[in-house]
Amino acid sequence: MIRLVLPAHLRTLAHVDGEVKLEVEGRATQRAVLDALEARYPMLRGTIRDHVTRQRRPFLRLFACEQDLSHESPDAPLPDAVATGAEPLLVVGAMAGG
Amino acid sequence: MSGVRILVGTRKGAFVLTSDGKRERWDVSGPHFGGWEIYHLKGSLADSNRLYASQSSGWFGQVIQRSNDGGKTWETMGNKFVYDGVPGTHLWYDGTPRPWEFKRVWHLEPSPSEPDTVYAGVEDAALFRSIDGGQTWQELPGLRSHDSGRYWQPGAGGMCLHTILLDPSHPERIVIAISAAGVFRTDDAGKTWRPINRGLKSPHELPDPDAEVGHCVHRIAMHRSRPGVLFMQKHWDVMRSDDAGESWHEVSGNLPTDFGFPIDVHAHEPDTIYVIPIKSDSEHYPPEGKLRVYRSRMGGHEWEALTKGLPQSHCYVNVLRDAMAVDSLEPCGVYFGTTGGQVYASADAGDSWAPIVRDLPSVVSVEAQTLS
Repeated sequence: MIRLVLPAHLRTLAHVDGEVKLEVEGRATQRAVLDALEARYPMLRGTIRDHVTRQRRPFLRLFACEQDLSHESPDAPLPDAVATGAEPLLVVGAMAGG
Repeated sequence: MSGVRILVGTRKGAFVLTSDGKRERWDVSGPHFGGWEIYHLKGSLADSNRLYASQSSGWFGQVIQRSNDGGKTWETMGNKFVYDGVPGTHLWYDGTPRPWEFKRVWHLEPSPSEPDTVYAGVEDAALFRSIDGGQTWQELPGLRSHDSGRYWQPGAGGMCLHTILLDPSHPERIVIAISAAGVFRTDDAGKTWRPINRGLKSPHELPDPDAEVGHCVHRIAMHRSRPGVLFMQKHWDVMRSDDAGESWHEVSGNLPTDFGFPIDVHAHEPDTIYVIPIKSDSEHYPPEGKLRVYRSRMGGHEWEALTKGLPQSHCYVNVLRDAMAVDSLEPCGVYFGTTGGQVYASADAGDSWAPIVRDLPSVVSVEAQTLS
């Protein structure tokens, strides 16, 4: 079971409170987690990564275990602590005023 | 009992303002989608409870929302706007080729007869249509693949398709406008398009002032009873066409400045039109700090300033292209929203004004629905 923390606006869009818990088939990777997220919450499609290119949107990052995983391969295995649910994977929006 | 619903899009959410036919007391609902930019929301003429909203954000991209109950509840719809085929390039500000890239929906235009059909004007400029209530979107690619498409360039606000006019007397005719490419028309439901910019002159913006494309058209308005007559607020100049856009002539007349963004037509008098003159270039606030709507009762040329109830000193707000609307009550109601967050209403066709709200986020769009 993967624990995922979404930014507030995406939690509102998906009508969820707190962490999202996802079961991922096979190896836990960024791609597998986001595929599972979008399958359960179709309204989030296109908000974290592009519909066609599947590239992460530029003002979003993926953090876990005090590390920035944004530039890891989307098919690289996530840290064991994330894969086992000990630590959450965070989707984080860039800081900005206004 | 008749009433009116005003749909307001702002930089930080949507607001729904409702009143009875007197339009004296208003109920304010919102913000809906707080924190998101709401470029536009609009109701269906075929079903007044069916609303569509364009919700976007620099972080999370484009979201489309739909309401089936007049804005009380909303449902997230499809947001997959993918250009047809290999998109190719247009020109960037510096004149170099740049790939087409979807950024946001500027304008949603519901079909007047089919609640599930809605058009979307987007940046980078293209026209999309949904026939399933906003779940899926298909581009009408004949517009963007017009021979001139690779030469289109953005205006300062982005290369947006901001105006969509559906001709009630010719169901296959659509007029659209793009900043800064100009006006295009299809007479075959979007398969083929041609520019209709004859008569426009842009000596300060284009090397060829009367070029076939490249004009910075800000807004076009049409009265549904007389769709062959079009009124345009161009970057500079207020223009009129009496032949569905085949040719245009200037009707700026005695306006204090012919720069501005919105233009609209009285609901019951097709020759009564409204503009809000703005000082430019680059200032983009009312001349002399006086917020004045100008009304022409003869389709242009001669204009009167409407000032009663509007600030006549120290006013430096702007009114954006989609931020003026009329209702179809009697007398006609006129509404506009400002970048300072005020939404002004007139229940007497512009003779007098009062703010409905004063302190919303910067207003991007205003639409009026007349409820029976």
